[in-house]
Amino acid sequence: MNLTSSHLIALLPLMLVCVTVVIVMLTVAWRRSHFVSATLTVIGLNAALASLILVGQVAPIQVTPLVMIDHYSILYMAMILIAALACSTLAYAYLETLPDQRDEFYMLLGCSVAGGLLLVSSQHLTSLFIGLELMSLPLYGMAAYAFKERLSLEAGIKYMVLSAMASAFLLFGMALLYAESGTLSFTGLGASLANDALHSNWVVAGVGLMVVGLGFKLSVAPFHLWTPDVYEGAPAPVSAFLATVSKIAVFAVLMRLFSLAPATGDGWLHTVIALMALLSMVVGNLLALMQKNLKRIIGYSSIAHLGYLLTALVASDGLALEAAAIYLATYVATTLGAFGVITLVSSPYKGSDAGLLYHYRGLFWRRPYLTAVLTVMMLSLAGIPMTAGFIGKFYIFTVGVESELWWLVGGVVLGSALGLYYYLRVMVTLYLKSADEPERDAPNDWAQQVGGLMVLLLAALVFLIGVYPQPLIDLVQMAGIQMPI
Amino acid sequence: MILLWLILIPFIGGLLCWQTERFGIKPPRVIALVTMLLELAIAIVLWWHGDYGLADTIGDTPNWVLEYQLPWIERFGISFHLGLDGLSLIMILLTGFLGVLAVTCSWAEIDRRVGFFHLNLLWIIGAVVGIFLAIDLFLFFFFWEMMLVPMYFLIALWGHSGSKGNSRVGAAMKFFIYTQASGLLMLVAILGLVFAHFLQAGVFTFDYSVLRTTTLSEPVAMLLMLGFFIAFAVKLPVVPLHGWLPDAHAQAPTAGSVDLAGILLKTAAYGMLRFMMPMFPDAAMQFAPVAMALGLIGIFYGAVMAFSQTDVKRLIACSSISHMGFVLIGIFSNTLISLQGVVALMVAHAFSSAGLFIVSGQLYERLGTRDMREMGGLFGKVGALPGFAMVFVMASLGMPGTANFIGEFLILFGAFEVVPWVVVVASIGLVLAAVYSLILMQRIYFGPAKIDRAYSGLDTREFLMLLTLFVLTIALGFFPQLVLDVSEHAMTEVVTWVSAATNSSTL
Repeated sequence: MNLTSSHLIALLPLMLVCVTVVIVMLTVAWRRSHFVSATLTVIGLNAALASLILVGQVAPIQVTPLVMIDHYSILYMAMILIAALACSTLAYAYLETLPDQRDEFYMLLGCSVAGGLLLVSSQHLTSLFIGLELMSLPLYGMAAYAFKERLSLEAGIKYMVLSAMASAFLLFGMALLYAESGTLSFTGLGASLANDALHSNWVVAGVGLMVVGLGFKLSVAPFHLWTPDVYEGAPAPVSAFLATVSKIAVFAVLMRLFSLAPATGDGWLHTVIALMALLSMVVGNLLALMQKNLKRIIGYSSIAHLGYLLTALVASDGLALEAAAIYLATYVATTLGAFGVITLVSSPYKGSDAGLLYHYRGLFWRRPYLTAVLTVMMLSLAGIPMTAGFIGKFYIFTVGVESELWWLVGGVVLGSALGLYYYLRVMVTLYLKSADEPERDAPNDWAQQVGGLMVLLLAALVFLIGVYPQPLIDLVQMAGIQMPI
Repeated sequence: MILLWLILIPFIGGLLCWQTERFGIKPPRVIALVTMLLELAIAIVLWWHGDYGLADTIGDTPNWVLEYQLPWIERFGISFHLGLDGLSLIMILLTGFLGVLAVTCSWAEIDRRVGFFHLNLLWIIGAVVGIFLAIDLFLFFFFWEMMLVPMYFLIALWGHSGSKGNSRVGAAMKFFIYTQASGLLMLVAILGLVFAHFLQAGVFTFDYSVLRTTTLSEPVAMLLMLGFFIAFAVKLPVVPLHGWLPDAHAQAPTAGSVDLAGILLKTAAYGMLRFMMPMFPDAAMQFAPVAMALGLIGIFYGAVMAFSQTDVKRLIACSSISHMGFVLIGIFSNTLISLQGVVALMVAHAFSSAGLFIVSGQLYERLGTRDMREMGGLFGKVGALPGFAMVFVMASLGMPGTANFIGEFLILFGAFEVVPWVVVVASIGLVLAAVYSLILMQRIYFGPAKIDRAYSGLDTREFLMLLTLFVLTIALGFFPQLVLDVSEHAMTEVVTWVSAATNSSTL
């Protein structure tokens, strides 16, 4: 197959991100400067984001059988790049006083983003695996970046061991599927599995193993055990990255896999996923109830939110694609905002993060606007009107009712009621009178720094989407999955 | 356009209050008062100039006196659609009036974080006005959920840390979770209705008058109706779902209690009259025996609970449960007289319970306790307060000459032709109302004095507030047509639609 210029244009975002990583590496070899590295990374990510406009003109286009650049992947690429930009601005404020080398962080981040970009446009198990590993490997390093803190190191190692396990499961599952069908492309798999009237045990085992692997990456119950520990231990900007970029990418590819290779005929896979979704909603919300650490709370709540999101995957027709995209967009904006506030309160780096709810007691009377941001984010996570989270939840309900998944709809209602308890607990803590001088506080000029601006912008965005979601819906509706040529 | 302003004014006023706190505690209070007076003035002008009388005929679409529509989320055919008829006008007048009262009664009570307090207070009002005007189901749900957040803050931050084991944060949380969870059931029901319509007509719409004509199979209609009913039943409250109410009332600051009892409970009755009955007439009529039984249970349970309370505000809160039992019976008996009675009782209960809550708030400011065991013999020691208390207690027990009598009488009278035995049993509830109301008077103002000192009497602000409520209660008691004329057309529409639907289905 000949590479034409439009193929190159289609790969532009991926290449720009890779080039950025190389340039940062070379700059660091020449002279270390935190400011320069961060600026170069931000410029590179912005360039990649801008190049999506060019890509939009050549899409949909298939670049090698591995990669399909369609409007679906452009949408998710944009989400990943925006989330990565937000994370790097947050990281800049956070790392400023880290007593160690700071520049490597941006290279790791760049690599991980490249993996994510590949993942959302892959239509082949090979590129799925490459993308997934390229995205996950740098994350080990990022989670353990403040490795002099015991918790951060623990988070990194825990994530590495368990993630490697999950990759092994995934790979074994792929191998079994390949043995059965002789192809690795999504459509090929779908066609070959659909033709087999009787599924051999190998197919069941292969699909099952893949579910385990991907379920781990998405941290849905019962593969969620790592989530709270890693979220708590990793530096706050990394937790933000983990909660947004990696979730977007894995979910996007899973959605594509499901629509190109509709699951096995008798629907047992749908039942399994529906059960996982239900379990995630219940487990995530129940375990979050008694937590005292804000980062752990968001960790558990992310399990629940992925459960809600899986409803769209189970439905996987009608409004499902649109609902998943809207829900992911709103969830990502909200999570970034919440972790953003945690990062601002914890930065510049002074030992382990300010995660305990105790640190946030009475924040309103010291930092009213920062508190307003966190309040908006908590309300959005709880899905209260006038915030983006409500629109997301509305979509999930719509999909659930449309596909008549009553059990899952019931799960979402129950989960939301449970979830309110801890979101409200966080919220009210912010407004209570604090007894003494705060241990941790955001710097006085937080709103003038890039991180602070970014957080304010996110709050405005969450509010705007909540009040007038039509533009976002228009955008998402253009992003359909293209069948391979 | 004027309808949009009715919603926007409180929101803008609230933001102004928050921002002007830096200039001292006076500006937020004044701005809040001016905002609410403006809201009330607009409502009064609408009442004065509008024609809410019985228009020509009852059509298939409601007869909106004013309507306002803006496209909002085209994807699902959702529009920012407001409509005003007699029923909503009465509710908005009530909201504006109680808003003014809420601001004035917290004038001296709230001295911390005044700006933020008024932000929350005004946003509740704004959201409630939105509920009364919205005729797009999505918009209705939007406002329905939106009012929870400021109310939560009001209870959690400015509430009284009540009796042992009941923290104000806990009470606020209970209120929020009860209402939100039941609200989500309503959202599911709304979506169910929208998809049922989508399958028939092929377009998404959340518009009230369009969805009202959707034909539903019997079990589906019943399920969807239950979704709405549960959401409204929590707010009203209907007995097995009332758990949040005594706590929320008792722990809320006075302004919060006034708003809760005066308007928030009424949003539920309004929702039943506006949405549940017209949209699912068959299902609602089938469900009526159950609902009436629940109403009866509520009347007696509320009365017995009220009798055994020692906290003044909890007593008043429990008496609300009892009164709302009458409202439920009135709504489900579906005769014009009983529905008119429901409207009258809603207005009357808003006045009398607001009066009682304000009185108990003023007692609390003087005595520092709400425990009736520590009161007694206060008559003659707190100026004119006991006299006003007596009036509102009399109103609450339904003494002829007060607005509450009109409401209860019309409900029972209207329901008698449909369900005579329910009315007979419910009337016994009136006796119990007299018991718990009089025990309230007896324990606080008569009997041996527990504290032997005189307290300051009412100042002008307090006196004026209570006087206005007193005058309104009596005025509506003698001239109920002031309210009934306005609501008659809207209520006739409800009755006509419901009986048309049930008649056609029995033929």
